[in-house]
Amino acid sequence: MHADAGISRRWRWPWRPFAALLVLLMLWQAVIILTGVPRYILPAPLAVGHALLDQRELLMHHAWVTAIEILAGFTGGVALGGLTALSLARFRPLRRTLLPLLLVSQAIPLFALAPILMLWLGYGMLPKILMAVLIVYFPVASTGYDGLRQTPQGWLDLADTFGLNRRRRLLKVQLPAALPSFASGVRMAATAAPIGAVIGEWVGSSRGLGFLMLNANARLQVDVMFAALIVLVAFALLLYFGVDALLRRAMPWHRDRIGAAE
Amino acid sequence: MPPPAIDIRSASLHYGERVLFRDLDARFPAGSWSCLLGRSGSGKSSLLRMIAGLSLPDNHRLERITDDGLPLGPRLAWMAQQDLLVPWLRVRDNVMLAARWKRRVTAADRERAQSLLARVGLAQQSHAWPATLSGGQRQRVALARTLFLDASVVLMDEPFSAVDAITRLDLHELASELLAGRTVIMVTHDPQEALRLADHLLILKGEPARLHPLAPPSGVRPRALDCADLHRHQAALVTELTMPESTPIGANATRLAGGAPADEGNRHAR
Repeated sequence: MHADAGISRRWRWPWRPFAALLVLLMLWQAVIILTGVPRYILPAPLAVGHALLDQRELLMHHAWVTAIEILAGFTGGVALGGLTALSLARFRPLRRTLLPLLLVSQAIPLFALAPILMLWLGYGMLPKILMAVLIVYFPVASTGYDGLRQTPQGWLDLADTFGLNRRRRLLKVQLPAALPSFASGVRMAATAAPIGAVIGEWVGSSRGLGFLMLNANARLQVDVMFAALIVLVAFALLLYFGVDALLRRAMPWHRDRIGAAE
Repeated sequence: MPPPAIDIRSASLHYGERVLFRDLDARFPAGSWSCLLGRSGSGKSSLLRMIAGLSLPDNHRLERITDDGLPLGPRLAWMAQQDLLVPWLRVRDNVMLAARWKRRVTAADRERAQSLLARVGLAQQSHAWPATLSGGQRQRVALARTLFLDASVVLMDEPFSAVDAITRLDLHELASELLAGRTVIMVTHDPQEALRLADHLLILKGEPARLHPLAPPSGVRPRALDCADLHRHQAALVTELTMPESTPIGANATRLAGGAPADEGNRHAR
């Protein structure tokens, strides 16, 4: 039997979710026709489609700012969170002093920090990136640290009988064992990063999809608001599935096991 | 280097207030296979962990002495009930796990790992992921990983209890052949397994537990299942395992013969 059987399964177009989406869009249109909701409350799907096309330059202008904020925040947050998890697992004194602080810091509503970040860092991209970093950081650090801590005892026993020192044990045993749990933190981060960026933009900005949405809302351009929302959702989905594909590539053994269970 | 004999002195284990055993002494002769039997909760696995120098949550003490006076740690291999294959490495890398974890892997390591896989009959699966193997195959890989260390002392904690009965018999043959000439200490709760493989039988029982030596059947390892001597010994061994140390033989016999269950049956009949 070939070892990679199961990986090379043919990729099939996931038509079911798309069919469901189509049905939802039709329902949306039906609601508008049946109830006669005014277009400044709920625009028709087709109107939103028009807005997407007509305003594409405006949308692009704001979208790439948000995209950079999301990506930078995601990358920074994952890197910082991963480093924190490793340091916590490696250094006991750090664990004693930092872990309680880290847990308590989660009681702070991050959204409430946005105005302060704006006050300190101005209206540019930086406070938005920082907001995304903050929102991404904790899930990555906590799932990573949990994974590093919960290495099955049997593997640690083997490492002990092999005579591994603490550093090698962390890198060779605990780290790969923690990858699946770390990966679920990174997936969470991919969904959280856009939230951070948009919150940052809502609080104070002159560019970005969050700004565009507030602006359109004030002018009752609800179709533009929806169009911006759709672009944002597309970004979030793209980031999530991109990250998911990368993680699967990085953990072929894990994918195999999932394949075997199906 | 010839395998060492291992002596343990004043082994004690406390589980909270409860004393599992206290001041146990035992000798595990050089180059032979010792089986440590006992019922679950007797502390036999803990005793093996203590000999291996592995961590235990409970209060314990043990003095371990080798007859050649050299340290035990570097020439010790550990095999557990779970195969402990790591899922993120392919089968061959699992075999040379010690090399992969401790230093840079050499061509000689790869060659050795491959030849060990051939010896356990899995040369074809060298590049497979562990998740694609059956339970018996996985335990074979674990055996190859144990052999990769070329340790003169092998400690095994119920290594074959997670596989089906037929696979277990195969693994007995394989392990007996491949581990010959090493000092082996194996914990098991399977009397048949112990009687097939042991040069020396030790039973851990009582409260606090003591070690009771028992003569193994005649013949060479792995003893055939149809060996008459093995069956005779199995009856004796099961009796030895089920009988609490403090209970007089007479009282125990009555309980085993069981007047009560018969009465109960009658009551149901009425």
